[in-house]
Amino acid sequence: MASTETSAVKDGDTREAPDAKDGVRGGGDLAGLEAGLDALETVHTGRTPFRETFVRKILPPLVAIALVLAVWQALVSFKIVDDPSKLPSPGAVWGEIEDAWLQGTLLEYIWTSVSRGLFGFLLALVIGTPLGLLVSRVRFVRAAIGPILSGLQSLPSVAWVPPAVIWLGLNDQMMYAVILLGAVPSIANGLVSGVDQVPPLFLRAGRTLGATGVRGTWHIVMPAALPGYVAGLKQGWAFSWRSLMAAEIIAQHPDLGTGLGQLLENGRNSSSMSMVFLAILLILVVGIAIDLLVFSPLERWVLRSRGLLVKS
Amino acid sequence: MATTTLAKAAEGTETVQHAARIEHVSKSFAGPAGQQLVLDDISLDVAPGEFVTLLGASGCGKSTLLNLVAGLDAPSSGGITTDGRPALMFQEHALFPWLTAGKNIELALKLRGVPKNERRGRAEELLELVRLGGAHGKRVHELSGGMRQRVALARALAQESKLLLMDEPFAALDAITRDVLHDELTRIWRETNLSVLFVTHNVREAVRLAERVVLLSSRPGRIAREWRVDIPQPRRIEDTAVAELSVEITEQLRGEIRRHGKH
Repeated sequence: MASTETSAVKDGDTREAPDAKDGVRGGGDLAGLEAGLDALETVHTGRTPFRETFVRKILPPLVAIALVLAVWQALVSFKIVDDPSKLPSPGAVWGEIEDAWLQGTLLEYIWTSVSRGLFGFLLALVIGTPLGLLVSRVRFVRAAIGPILSGLQSLPSVAWVPPAVIWLGLNDQMMYAVILLGAVPSIANGLVSGVDQVPPLFLRAGRTLGATGVRGTWHIVMPAALPGYVAGLKQGWAFSWRSLMAAEIIAQHPDLGTGLGQLLENGRNSSSMSMVFLAILLILVVGIAIDLLVFSPLERWVLRSRGLLVKS
Repeated sequence: MATTTLAKAAEGTETVQHAARIEHVSKSFAGPAGQQLVLDDISLDVAPGEFVTLLGASGCGKSTLLNLVAGLDAPSSGGITTDGRPALMFQEHALFPWLTAGKNIELALKLRGVPKNERRGRAEELLELVRLGGAHGKRVHELSGGMRQRVALARALAQESKLLLMDEPFAALDAITRDVLHDELTRIWRETNLSVLFVTHNVREAVRLAERVVLLSSRPGRIAREWRVDIPQPRRIEDTAVAELSVEITEQLRGEIRRHGKH
């Protein structure tokens, strides 16, 4: 519609009397033309309906869990493994959960570990973030400690437990020290790789807008590095949780209370395989739950808001 | 052309007369074969409100020159003075994907020191100017290529620079969109009092937009020739006058390119 009118004006040859104010021949149509182009080229994306999400994302893992439970029950029922001290039945583990719940100790186990893990993780965040920034932005620091930082990531954090016990004794500080040594390198490295992957174009654009020095770091580098940073946080949490479990299994002391790691060790000491299973199950469930409730939504939000989340 | 010392002495008055003054600028980079001269003794003035296009084949250093004028890099010799910090637009939109269209513009305003309570309104005005009113809350990835470049233009305008540098800003767009953006840029240039230094390798685009076309030769980049374009300004890329001048310039450009085949 708009295009016919435009060409009509053009055919009338208005060069001698241009629509000077608007700057363009048939300028009144330019807005309409642009609106048309914009409408044609804009892609509309909506959220996927819940049904589809359920069928695609939620149902498959539920089926997998049901399958594992079925195989487990079958192993016990058909006496393929008939030594309950090696493999307790699902029912026995469920009974253990029920007992712990009725005694009110179940949430206590979980909370002891989760509160430690999260507090340790937050500490690691506070230390790892500036450290990562320093390594990524200051060339000397990077050359000095960059390789050590990435090397530390491959050191199993359980190796830190003996020295931490000797230095700090059997207490909470020792647990936090082990968590920090596990998680800080992950978080710092995540931020470093996030900063490294910032497109140079953004830095140039930022500089022409006047974002240099600290303002450049705050307004351009940090937000641009966020996807890598969040990936580092996710990994940092996984490392925090693993380090904490290692510390809890090795460091036993009445003052430390009973976390999930101690529960596991208690189960081993009392030869209660169902308690061992309960502890492993809880460690797994808590680790997954925190990732699912905190880090995955955070990551998805960051990626989706930038149009980086490809719909499958 | 005034000598360097003269220009320095008269800088106070000089800045009023020039949006940008490029004086005997050379630039070389360390390459695999030693120092490589990219720009050789370029002198060019852009008057306030003037629209100049820099035209050249690849290797003429036009983007390098733009970077120098933008202050992103320093010349090896010679001097560049601009009236304030210039705004720069790239071939890629360079919008920040973590911000909405409007917030991208507001960031430019913020970095310029515009108070918080004025930013939102000013950003809306700028979006209206590029005919994207209502796109304030849109994410960058939700916009089409043409819309992104218009937001990028609005963000550049938010800097309120006297000089806008454009580095092949429409090269990645389809022909229809590019045509519309030419109209749009001409309109905005005439509404504001902006000087524009526009880099392109598209001869017709250069003639369609500019008051003055500057042809650069390649390796090293030197000013080969200049044309004043007197075709009255609501132009179309398919106008005969535009086509005729384009043919002439293209011939010259091809001559420049051919020279390299002989060595």
